[in-house]
Amino acid sequence: MSNSLVTADRPGGVKPAGADVANDFVTMMVADQLFGIPVLTVQDVLGPQRITRVPLAPPEVAGALNLRGRIVTAFDVRRRLGLPKREADKPGMNVVVDFKGELYALMVDNVGEVLSLSADTYERNPNTLDPRWREVSGGIYRLKGKLLVVLEVSRLLAIKRGGVEAA
Amino acid sequence: MDDLLRDFLTETNENLGVLDTEIVKLEQNPNDPGLVGSIFRIMHTIKGTCGFLGLPRLEKVAHAGENLLDQIRDGKLIPNEQAVTLILEALDRIKSLLSVLEQTEAEPEGDDADLIQRLNDYASGKTSAPAAPAAAAVPLQALAPAPSAEPEPDEHGFVPVPAHKTAAVADALAAQKAPEPAPAPAPVPAPVAAKPAAKAEQPRGEVAESAVAASSIRVNVDVLENLMTMVSELVLTRNQLLQILRSQKDSEFSGPLQRLNHVTSELQEGVMKTRMQPIGNAWSKLPRLIRDLSHELGKKIDLQMHGQDTELDRQVLELIKDPLTHLVRNCADHGLERPEERRAAGKPEVGRVNLNAFHEGGHIIIEITDDGRGLNIDKIKQKAIQNGVCSEAEAATFTDQQIAQFIFKAGFSTAAVVTSVSGRGVGMDVVRTNIEKIGGTVELKFQRGKGTSFVIKIPLTLAIVSALVVECSGERFAIPQISVLELVRATAGSETTIERVNDSPFLRLRNRLLPLVSLHDMLKLGEDRGVDASESFIVVTQVGTYTFGIMVDRVFDTEEIVVKPVAPILRDISMFSGNTILGDGSVIMILDPNGIAAASGESASMGEQAAAAQGDERARTESQRIALLVFRAGGQAPKAVPLSLIARLEETDASTIEFSDGKPVLQYRGKLMPLVTIDPSYAIRSEGRQSILVFADRNRNMGLLVDEIVDIVEERLEVEMNNVRPGMVGSAIISGKATDVIDTAHYLSLAFGDWFGKADSPFGQSQSRRLLLVDDSPFFRNLLQPILSVAGYEVTTADTGTQALAMCEAGREFDIVVSDIEMPGMSGFEFAEALRKIERFRETPVLALSSHTHPQDIERARRVGFTDFIPKLDREGLLASLNELSAGNRVAAAQ
Repeated sequence: MSNSLVTADRPGGVKPAGADVANDFVTMMVADQLFGIPVLTVQDVLGPQRITRVPLAPPEVAGALNLRGRIVTAFDVRRRLGLPKREADKPGMNVVVDFKGELYALMVDNVGEVLSLSADTYERNPNTLDPRWREVSGGIYRLKGKLLVVLEVSRLLAIKRGGVEAA
Repeated sequence: MDDLLRDFLTETNENLGVLDTEIVKLEQNPNDPGLVGSIFRIMHTIKGTCGFLGLPRLEKVAHAGENLLDQIRDGKLIPNEQAVTLILEALDRIKSLLSVLEQTEAEPEGDDADLIQRLNDYASGKTSAPAAPAAAAVPLQALAPAPSAEPEPDEHGFVPVPAHKTAAVADALAAQKAPEPAPAPAPVPAPVAAKPAAKAEQPRGEVAESAVAASSIRVNVDVLENLMTMVSELVLTRNQLLQILRSQKDSEFSGPLQRLNHVTSELQEGVMKTRMQPIGNAWSKLPRLIRDLSHELGKKIDLQMHGQDTELDRQVLELIKDPLTHLVRNCADHGLERPEERRAAGKPEVGRVNLNAFHEGGHIIIEITDDGRGLNIDKIKQKAIQNGVCSEAEAATFTDQQIAQFIFKAGFSTAAVVTSVSGRGVGMDVVRTNIEKIGGTVELKFQRGKGTSFVIKIPLTLAIVSALVVECSGERFAIPQISVLELVRATAGSETTIERVNDSPFLRLRNRLLPLVSLHDMLKLGEDRGVDASESFIVVTQVGTYTFGIMVDRVFDTEEIVVKPVAPILRDISMFSGNTILGDGSVIMILDPNGIAAASGESASMGEQAAAAQGDERARTESQRIALLVFRAGGQAPKAVPLSLIARLEETDASTIEFSDGKPVLQYRGKLMPLVTIDPSYAIRSEGRQSILVFADRNRNMGLLVDEIVDIVEERLEVEMNNVRPGMVGSAIISGKATDVIDTAHYLSLAFGDWFGKADSPFGQSQSRRLLLVDDSPFFRNLLQPILSVAGYEVTTADTGTQALAMCEAGREFDIVVSDIEMPGMSGFEFAEALRKIERFRETPVLALSSHTHPQDIERARRVGFTDFIPKLDREGLLASLNELSAGNRVAAAQ
């Protein structure tokens, strides 16, 4: 994936000036699509976890898990995007994000590296995008050979449910 | 030193510190109403606490100061120099008194009449305007060095000088100043004289103050809360470690872990202790309250308190303070009778209110008991019906204890007369809500004429609760232990087995039918149960007084858990009160018994308003489906009657049936209840058990003898064949069988000839027409609905004019409207008037039903647009009129 980088990712976590950090994304794969979340919103990346189901919860909420004594709500990104369930034999990963002081684990297929993306490769949401995707996408970055969809965490977690926006 | 006194001193000194700065601010900023308000409040608090602690000197001074501030607050006085000085003087006096109090634990001897006099004089405006500046000048300078040149040097040397000298100097000062404004007012020497006393006491006070400050510190509650949370986390982590240790034998960690275990437990205990306060703190105001009440109400009341030292979490304490006060006030106000009534009832003149607190299994139990008159069930029942909490028919089926629970419903003022004591807005519903909010329960018991007792059960602390871990369909859940009454194992084929009525599960538990809810269904846990369905566990749960069983697959252990709120995204699921992490590290949802009870239909049976609020659609379905009781009597063919018409189902020994005037009667609830048979040929049993359907209206009961009660079904009532013989309205297909629907009116009239006027009348089949029946009495609605259905009308009912009008406005079509006149809220007259304003209903026939048949009523009915006016009990008349209208609908309407 690194060959597709516009700017090389920085090892050792040395952060460049603020403007650049805003364009650093944690990349992840969901059903063969590359997604990115701004690196600063990500708290943790976890392997497969034991998840407790929460009955009556919106379908997008897969359950709750324990992250070092904190209860994290597991959120099924595939479900949110209207994609089929992940095959049972593929374990999946969790990207833990902090949203309004609460932790959410976004369940994705795989987590890749952190990419620093240049603003001139950014495109706003094309109109032809599926409305459900447009709802959660914050735009698209043109990478070499593939496209990266920016996930807007706030909109991703806003499930329409009885008129009340979650969180 | 007494805890209370120590707290008072710390608090008051703190408050005084604030006051000092605030008053100085006030002087610079005399027109700030917020500032005056806050000063007033502080002064008021001091006064209140002093009064409570029995410190008359302090109280009087604070009271006078408060008076003055009150005038300022109300804008009657301007906070000029003189006023501020006086207030500061009062504060200094309070400080000096406090310092003595701190040393000796008693107020110093002495009298503050002079100061109080001046404060009062000023407050009442007695001091004449010109004199004011003069009077003000001296004391002000004595306290805060004023910039005025001359007296200043004297001032600085002033403080440590012995009393008599200060007085002399001040006198001199006053004399100096006096010539400028004309008359030197008399009060001038007084403040100065008062001053030295205060000054002299001050130095001693300062020393003591620091002593108290050193032995206790005030810590922000947030710090404690935070500490508590951290400790809770630590406890959880320890639990996790211990769990791991259990699976590993001979681990080298076992020693250190045991120590960690102990230290953590002690730490937890220690932190809990910082939050613990004796419950007596919440009671401290009650003796005074009771004293005042007994004066105000002219009752003799003896308040007994036990277990003041019982400690509980301060957060909990704060939350139960108000409910407790309210309950005690209620006991004294409503519960206890006046001395003369008590004497008449053979009780001692002095009424008793008992307060008792004790620990019981991780909970605190607080009992509030009085030996008064108990609750007035009839009044509560009336009110419940009036408020629409339950229908008349339902009310008749409730036991007294069930009815008593209504006082916890919103909008229920138990006071017939609003006294100054009660009816102030804090209702019993608030009491219950507040207690339930902290995971507590409140139980009400009473005995007519003997007294009432409230039992409050609350958890010791909110942070850690004990919970029962259960499993259902492979998922684990925690149920707070406090709401769990008992556990029952039910197996198919044994004595404790789950039975079903129309798919609703029940369990026979000690001669009672316990409604069950399946956690599996309630939480929609999916199709796979994974566990042998022949065995299940029932967690008998209590919410308020509603007891029900939650069916689960397995029951594990109880565990101490830390309740954490659920994520905002899940907060609208009412079934969960929180979630937590168990010892094994897994997340578990905590069930909320209140939410489950509400979802399981407890609310549906108790609150009819909710149903009404659902409006149109609901009204339509209700009109189509009614609950029917199916029974057998005289023959194998099943018979049915609308369930809502039946007040109770009774079973009695056949030998208790007696005969009076050749007719069977039964002694029932202290009265003779006439019994009727399904037809004259029915043979009354002479032995064995006899089932009786009891119909009730107001004070009258009638029993219908039946062989067997078969079922209760909810069906769309479509009577197919009508008027077979007297007593039957026709036959309908119920549960797939032809069933005779009995005509209750017929039997009621057999028992009481005057119940409805003439009972049976033949009526012809007419084509199905849509009829809207508006009547606030469920009894009449239920009575008329089958009669009208059988007459060929598709009946929709509404229980208020407003509801009916809303239906019409919403576009529902009706061919005929039948409305009661006397209804709460919108009367029949108003309803008809409003209905006629709707274009579609201008011509629709509208019949009035009323028990009042005054000519003027009839006249008014015609005027507002009623087509016809029929006496309420004239069934025949109603049907005749309907027939006539159906025959020539438009013509009739035009008449």
